[in-house]
Amino acid sequence: MKVLYFAWVRERVGKAEEALDPPPAVATVADLIAWLSQRGEEYAYAFEKPKVIRAAIDRMHVNQDTVIAGAREIAFFPPMTGG
Amino acid sequence: MTVPITIRLQEADFDLAHEVAALSRGRTDIGAVVTFSGICRGDEDGEAIAALTLEHYPGMAEAEIARHAEEAVSRWPLTGITVIHRYGRIVPGENIVLVVTASSHREAAFQGAEFLMDYLKTKAPFWKREEGASGSGWVDAHDRDDTAAARWAKP
Repeated sequence: MKVLYFAWVRERVGKAEEALDPPPAVATVADLIAWLSQRGEEYAYAFEKPKVIRAAIDRMHVNQDTVIAGAREIAFFPPMTGG
Repeated sequence: MTVPITIRLQEADFDLAHEVAALSRGRTDIGAVVTFSGICRGDEDGEAIAALTLEHYPGMAEAEIARHAEEAVSRWPLTGITVIHRYGRIVPGENIVLVVTASSHREAAFQGAEFLMDYLKTKAPFWKREEGASGSGWVDAHDRDDTAAARWAKP
């Protein structure tokens, strides 16, 4: 799946997007955040406050208990500040 | 009749009068047009701002605004909507966002515009980075914007 990062999540991770293939045990958005956090200190820093992080699957907002099976594109970002 | 909905994300500035004319030209069913412009302020909490840089999620931003425009049309008797949101670097005094709503009567146009702005603030995937005198940083989301959006939640 393609994983995208925006705003300070992108800056902390150090990249805008990457292709990832998490193990089957990573079932939900929250699981994916926990799995990403183990991938290195830049990820641990980006996801240090997981409750703050917002997520979208295939360009729709989702809660962190959403199952990720079948997702093509998952995005992580801070609370939005547009308008 | 299908309600004309125009949504544009762009780096360039926009012209409010031009957009209102484009929405209402040649039509006699419109009795009210409400416009909201969001403009870059020169200070935030007393600190001077040199510029804002707006980042967005291409693809999702358009889709999210379109979903809310469709919802506005389903909730109020609107006869036209235009939403333009800029991205990139914007300096104080410049436009950031435009919402135009048209209807036969003013109430729907006012409410539709407020609804769209409250949702743009909290749900449209845009993020502001501020350049100030003491460096730059990402703007924090405000609870007051969530409160404003929550009042439109359906029971």
